[in-house]
Amino acid sequence: MITTLDLVKESRKVKVLDISGGWGIRQRLGGLGIHPGDKIIVKKSAIMRGPILIDIHGNQVALGRGVARRIMVEVEE
Amino acid sequence: MRIALVGQPNSGKSTIFNSVAGYKAITSNFPGKTVKYTLSKVNFLGETFEIVDLPGTYSLTSFDLAEFETRKYLLQGNVDVVINVIDASLLGRSLEFALQLLELNLPLVLCLNMRDEAIRKGITIDIKKLSKILGIPVVLTVAVKGVGIKKLFSTAYKLGGEKEKGRALNYSKDVEKVIKQLSLKMMNKEIVEEFNIPKRLLILKCLENDYYFMKIIEEKDKDLFKEITHFQNQLSETHDRPSDVVISSERHSLSMNIFEEVASVTRPQIKLIDRLDNILMHPYLGYIFLVVILYLFFNLVFNVGKMVEEPLLNYFYRIIPLIGKTISTETLLFSVISGVIQGLAGGIAIVLPYLFPFLFGLAILEDLGYLPRIAFLMDAFLHKIGLHGKAIIPFILGYGCTVPAIMATRILESERDRFITSVLATMIPCAARMTIIFALVAFYISPKAAFAIYILNIMVIALSGRILSRLLPEVTPGMILEIPAYHIPSLKVTLAKTWLRMKEFIFVAWPLLIAGSTILSLLQYFKADMFINNFFSPLTSLLGLPLVVGTTLIFGVLRKELSMLMLIQALGTANVVSVMSTTQIMTFTIFIIFYIPCVATIAVLWREIGSERTLFTIAFTFVLAIILATITRFVY
Repeated sequence: MITTLDLVKESRKVKVLDISGGWGIRQRLGGLGIHPGDKIIVKKSAIMRGPILIDIHGNQVALGRGVARRIMVEVEE
Repeated sequence: MRIALVGQPNSGKSTIFNSVAGYKAITSNFPGKTVKYTLSKVNFLGETFEIVDLPGTYSLTSFDLAEFETRKYLLQGNVDVVINVIDASLLGRSLEFALQLLELNLPLVLCLNMRDEAIRKGITIDIKKLSKILGIPVVLTVAVKGVGIKKLFSTAYKLGGEKEKGRALNYSKDVEKVIKQLSLKMMNKEIVEEFNIPKRLLILKCLENDYYFMKIIEEKDKDLFKEITHFQNQLSETHDRPSDVVISSERHSLSMNIFEEVASVTRPQIKLIDRLDNILMHPYLGYIFLVVILYLFFNLVFNVGKMVEEPLLNYFYRIIPLIGKTISTETLLFSVISGVIQGLAGGIAIVLPYLFPFLFGLAILEDLGYLPRIAFLMDAFLHKIGLHGKAIIPFILGYGCTVPAIMATRILESERDRFITSVLATMIPCAARMTIIFALVAFYISPKAAFAIYILNIMVIALSGRILSRLLPEVTPGMILEIPAYHIPSLKVTLAKTWLRMKEFIFVAWPLLIAGSTILSLLQYFKADMFINNFFSPLTSLLGLPLVVGTTLIFGVLRKELSMLMLIQALGTANVVSVMSTTQIMTFTIFIIFYIPCVATIAVLWREIGSERTLFTIAFTFVLAIILATITRFVY
């Protein structure tokens, strides 16, 4: 199933397909090791449209909803 | 010889710096606390080095201020050796940054730090192989325990002597081909010489569409600019993604290949502390724990402070009448002596008892790694005032001191966010203002009233945030923040950090305080304080405060805690309730919290947000303070 990262449920594993949005966001996410092809586990989702917490290469990163919405992912069944 | 420490945020650069330079840089468990670089001369292994601790950066693009400054510093040509500090447990990702550093063509040492953490995560690294692939020395360290530091610096020293430079690694064939073609186009170009940086680095930055370089090239050499765009398009067409992603994907896959070659990964050991996030970052429980933790924290500060303040204050105020018996109270000498004693007493009995437990507690929360968790929990709320989660970090630091809080706004990406956060941070009651709230309101009225001030303060800040973000509408890109693993704070580091921050008070503020209280004594002796008090009388009468409060307001701009100590002196008694009503105490405190930031804050604001916006901040807070204090006078 293909969706955006902000809609993925907790403890699901996904693969990054594409990062839309500007140059800045791509650079920053790349710096944290998030590129197309990488595997992400969604660990926590805050209430009230707060950020999500992901695990990327064994490291935890918090992403605001707006940022997560720009990451297209494929959910692994 | 000058050695620069660079690396991604939270990799342990500052810890390494401190372990050789003595405790001079603030270390914490959150990304991006080194906002300026710290330089120190050290004698180590019989040699004198200059060591520079540069801010943590994820890459070398022009994305944010810290990255831009770091790149500029390294390319200035006065660094002999670069040490790239890497969190060994994040080797795969950190290698991408190391590859970029290799492109700088500087002598480079790779420092694999936090080896213990990597072992815990089940990662073992073959450093010989890694060193061979990258063509640079690799040293393992555990900086918090001082393991490997000697070897790191002796390796760096040796490399600096040999001046052996790092060389960039090759990318895939088609990318290398584009690099070569573009390199031919750049031959004999004046502008390329002017940049004075390695050519390969310049080419890669251009292909990455780095704003800084592209803007200059577009202005100065239209032909070259066209050529570059042509190659950018070529790359993005053949790879079906933007050219900057092509380059970063190249580095990424190169890093991943190296990682797989040198590292073996087994099952990580999961410690109890890793499970803390199950409750501290829980969608509901997380907030309950946040409130409980902050409540306990402030309770502790208040109780410790009160325990010490009472007996010390009694002691000091018994001394002055004793002196009055030997020297006549009418003399100039008595004025001077009592002024000095009151200044001393203010520092020891009123400020330090609250300041120490507060800074110590803050240091523990920082080192534990709780601050980024608060950013996660508060993101949704901060969106309501037009900011995002990261802004909470300057705010929390603001409860310690406004100056580092404003400097920490550099971790925010947009200029508008930095401005709004800076203005709001000046209104957060810093440790100096906390001593006023605790020593006046909590002590003479009730702890509940002090708590109410904090709540009111947060509400005012939220409202001001809403107003400011309405005035400056802009869609914030949202939060991207690393949440580091918890570390159990070491007592030594925590105490060193507390001491480093207390030094500010002891050596800068306290002498000022003693001088201030002596000056006030003299003003009173020569009856000159009446002129100042009369000048301020329209304000003091509007707020319903005693006339003598006027002079103290000037001192408050120098240092916030001065206003309270001067108040006690001006009133002529430490028992404030005997001369001021609870309403007056409350009005005075509210006014002091909000009105005009202190001199040190104004200076840092001036540098960070510019003169116009600083003047706006001064006017804004002054008007706000008058409105709030007037309301307090009639409502409380």
